[in-house]
Amino acid sequence: MTDAARPPIADAVRQRLARRHRAEGRFQAFGIGAIALALLFLAVLLGSIVLQAGGAFTNYTLTLPVTLERESADPRGDMSEESLRRGSYNGLIQQSLQNEFPVASSRTELRELFGLYSGLNAASVMRRVVAEPALVGTTIEVTLPVNHEIDLYLKGVTVEEVFVDGSGTLRPSGVEGEVTLVAATPAFAGAIDRIRDQAIAERDATLDRAARLESQAQSAASRDAREAALAAAARARQAAERFETIIDPETPVELGPRTASLLVRINGGVVAVSSLDPDASTAQGRVLLTLENADPSDAWTEWVIETPSANRRITDQQAVYARALESRGMVERRFNTNLFFNADSREPELAGVLGAFIGSVLTMLVTMLLAVPIGVGTAIYLEEFAPKNRLTGFIEVNINNLAAVPSIVFGLLGLAVFINTFGLPRSAPLVGGMVLALMTLPTVIISARAALRAVPPSIREAALGVGASRTQAVFQHVLPLAMPGILTGSIIGLAQALGETAPLLMIGMVAFVADAPSLGLSGLTQPSTVMPVQVFLWSGASERAFEMRTAAAILVLLSLMILFNAAAIVLRRRFERRW
Amino acid sequence: MADAAAPNSNKATVYHPLQSTQPVKVAASGVEVFYADQQALHGITANIHDRSVTAFIGPSGCGKSTFLRCINRMNDTIDTARVRGSIRIDDEEINDRGVDPVLLRARVGMVFQKPNPFPKSIYDNVAYGPRIHGLASSKDELDAVVETSLRKAGLWDEVADRLDQPGNSLSGGQQQRLVIARAIAVNPEVILMDEPCSALDPIATARIEELIDELRENYCLIIVTHSMAQAARVSQMTAFFHLGHLVEYGPTEEIFTNPRDRRTQDYITGRFG
Repeated sequence: MTDAARPPIADAVRQRLARRHRAEGRFQAFGIGAIALALLFLAVLLGSIVLQAGGAFTNYTLTLPVTLERESADPRGDMSEESLRRGSYNGLIQQSLQNEFPVASSRTELRELFGLYSGLNAASVMRRVVAEPALVGTTIEVTLPVNHEIDLYLKGVTVEEVFVDGSGTLRPSGVEGEVTLVAATPAFAGAIDRIRDQAIAERDATLDRAARLESQAQSAASRDAREAALAAAARARQAAERFETIIDPETPVELGPRTASLLVRINGGVVAVSSLDPDASTAQGRVLLTLENADPSDAWTEWVIETPSANRRITDQQAVYARALESRGMVERRFNTNLFFNADSREPELAGVLGAFIGSVLTMLVTMLLAVPIGVGTAIYLEEFAPKNRLTGFIEVNINNLAAVPSIVFGLLGLAVFINTFGLPRSAPLVGGMVLALMTLPTVIISARAALRAVPPSIREAALGVGASRTQAVFQHVLPLAMPGILTGSIIGLAQALGETAPLLMIGMVAFVADAPSLGLSGLTQPSTVMPVQVFLWSGASERAFEMRTAAAILVLLSLMILFNAAAIVLRRRFERRW
Repeated sequence: MADAAAPNSNKATVYHPLQSTQPVKVAASGVEVFYADQQALHGITANIHDRSVTAFIGPSGCGKSTFLRCINRMNDTIDTARVRGSIRIDDEEINDRGVDPVLLRARVGMVFQKPNPFPKSIYDNVAYGPRIHGLASSKDELDAVVETSLRKAGLWDEVADRLDQPGNSLSGGQQQRLVIARAIAVNPEVILMDEPCSALDPIATARIEELIDELRENYCLIIVTHSMAQAARVSQMTAFFHLGHLVEYGPTEEIFTNPRDRRTQDYITGRFG
C-alpha cells in the first residue's frame, strides 16, 4: 500500500465505522425498548390482577352468639352422632339473628334478615357440635361469612352511598311503622338535590338509549328487527317519563325502586323515606330499624344510597341490618380464610381454592413421577446408547412433532385410552396427571437431550479412558453434569402442565367439586379439579363476587408457578455447586 | 524392524533396523480404519516396545491419533468408525469379540490433548479408576493408591494439602499431570498420550516431558505430538504418518538424523506439515 493510497481507504473505513456504530446503537435501543415494553405489560398485567384480587383476601364476617338448644341440636335426644348431624342448626343461627332484631317478624323482613348469610354455614356449626357434643345446651360464638352481596356492599364495590349530617331539628312522629319526619327548616333540600341529580342522570341515560335504539331501527336489516328496536325505544321513552315527576320541582318527590334511596338515621333507628314534600321540610317514611324514642333531634344523618334498589342485589332493609350489625361490632372485616381452606362452593363467600390446589398438587405429582423418569430415561438412551439409524431418526422426528401437538388432543387421547379403554375414574388427578405427563414428555425429552449433548465429550472420553463402562460414564459423569439443564427443562415442562386447562376439560376435571380430595394416595382417584380449571370455572360464574376470587385464584396459581421456578433455580444452583 | 510383516498398502513402510532391546508390547498388523466411507488408515503394521516411549509424528489429519485410539479401542465409541486388522497386546488380540473394551481400557490408559479432569475433587479424580475396578479394598488402601499415583505423576507435593478441592481449580499443567495420575492409578500397562502438551506453556511442557521420561521405567508409552523437538527429546522410537500411511518407523535418532523416505525428510526439515 502506498502512502498516497492510504488516506482514502482510512476515510472509507472511518465512514463505514460511523455507520456500524450507529447500527449497533440502534440495535441496543431496540433491545432496551423491547425489554421496557415487556416489563410494562407485565406490570400492567400483575397490577390489574392484584388490584382485582385485593378485595377477595378479606371478607366481612358475622359473629353471633348461638344457643345450641337441646331439642334443635339433638332431635332424637340420644346425643348420638347421627342425631347431632340431623340437628337444625340453621334454625338456631336464624333464632340468634332474630334476637338481634326482635321487631322483624314479617316474612319479607325475615327473608331479608336471613339473607345476610348463607344457610350452607349451618354445616360448619354441625361439624363443630359433632366434634364436641358437650357444646349442646351451651351458647357458642359462631363466626360466618356474610352473604357475598352484603360483603360487596360493605366493601363499597357494588353500591354507591353517602352519609351527610343533617342540619336543623327533626321530629319523628313515632318509633315504628309509618312515620312522618318534620323539620322547621328545609332540612331535606340537599337530599332532594342529590335524588334529582341522580334522576336526571338516569333519565338522560334512558333517553340516550332510546335515541340509539331508534337510529338502530333506521338501519335495521329486516322489518322485524326494526319493529323490535322501535318498541324497545318506546319502552325506554316511557321509562324516562317516570323520572319527570321526581325532577319536577313542584311535585312531591316519590322515592321508588328506580330512584336513589334516602334513609334517615335518627335516635338510634333508621327511617326509609318514601316521599318528600317539595318544600323539603317534611318526609314520609317507614321505620326500618326501631327508634329509641320519638324526641326531636338535631343529631341525625341523611343516608343516601344512590344506586337505585332495582339496580342492586340488596334491599334498603338489608343495608340497614348490615350497618346496624357493623356498628354493634358483630360484622367485621377479616382475613378470608375460606378462600384458602375451603373447596369450591356455589356461594362465593364460602368458595375457596383448597380443592383445586390439592388437585393440582396431586396431578403434578403424578405428572412428575411419570414424565421425568421416563423422559430422562428416553433422552439418555437416545442420546448415549441408541445407534444412529433410520429408526432412531424416525423416533426423534416424532418426539419433536409430539411437542407441537395441541394439548387438547392429549386430553382426547386420555379420554379414549385411560378412561374408556382402561376404565380409570373420570375427573381424577391420576388420569389428569397421566394426560399431562404425555403432554410434558416431549418437552422433558428434548430438553434433557439438549442438556446431555451440551456435556463436553472430553468428560465421556475421560471416563471411558480409565475403563469406565458406558453406563458408568453416563450415570457417574455425564448425567450429573447435565442435571441442571435436565432439571430446568423438566420444571419448565411441569410448570407448563400446571397451567394447562384444555386437556383436563376432556377428562372431566372441569366438574364442580365441593369437597377437597384427600392429600394422599386415595385422593388420586377422587374427583377433583385443578387451579387453572378453577380459574376458568370462576371466571364464568355469574356472581359478581367471583370476579375478585378469580383474580385471587390467578394470584395463587402464579405464586405456585413462581414457587416452581424458584425451586428450579435453587436445584440448579445446588447441582452446579457440587462440581 | 526389517523382519516385520510386509506392509499391505500400495506404499511400503520403511522400517529401520531394530535397536531397542525391550520386548514388543503392542503389535499392530494391517490396521485399517474407516470413518463411514472414508479410509483414515491404510494397513498400519508396527511393533511397539515396552518400557520405552514411542512417538507418532506427522501433519494434521495423517491418522496418528486415529491409530492411537485403536490401541485402546476408543474408536468403538464413534458410531461410524470401523476398524480392520490386528492389534495384539502381549500376544492377545484386542479386537477379538471376547475382549471387553472396558477391561482393555483399564490396561491401556489414555491422556488427552486437553486436560479433562472430572469436575470432582482431586482425590476423587485419581480414586475414580481404582474405585470402579475395585482395586482398593479399604479407604487406607485407596488413600495409598491415590498418593502413589500422584507421586508418580509428580503432583503430590503440590496438592497434598488440598486433595478435596476440585480438579478444575488446578493450572493447565497440573491438570494434565492430574489426568496422568488418574491414568496411572488403575495400574495400566500401556499409556497413550494424544498431544498431551499442546495446550500447555513451555514450563508445564517441560514438567510433563520429565514425567514421561520417568514413567518410561515402568510403562509402555505412546505419544502423539506435533512438536518434532518433543519427539526427539522424549521418545526412543518414532513413527512418521502421512495421509493415513505409516511412512517410516524406527529409532528416533535414526529417523531424525537419517530419514530414508523423502516425505519424512521433508516433514522433519519443515518443508511441509
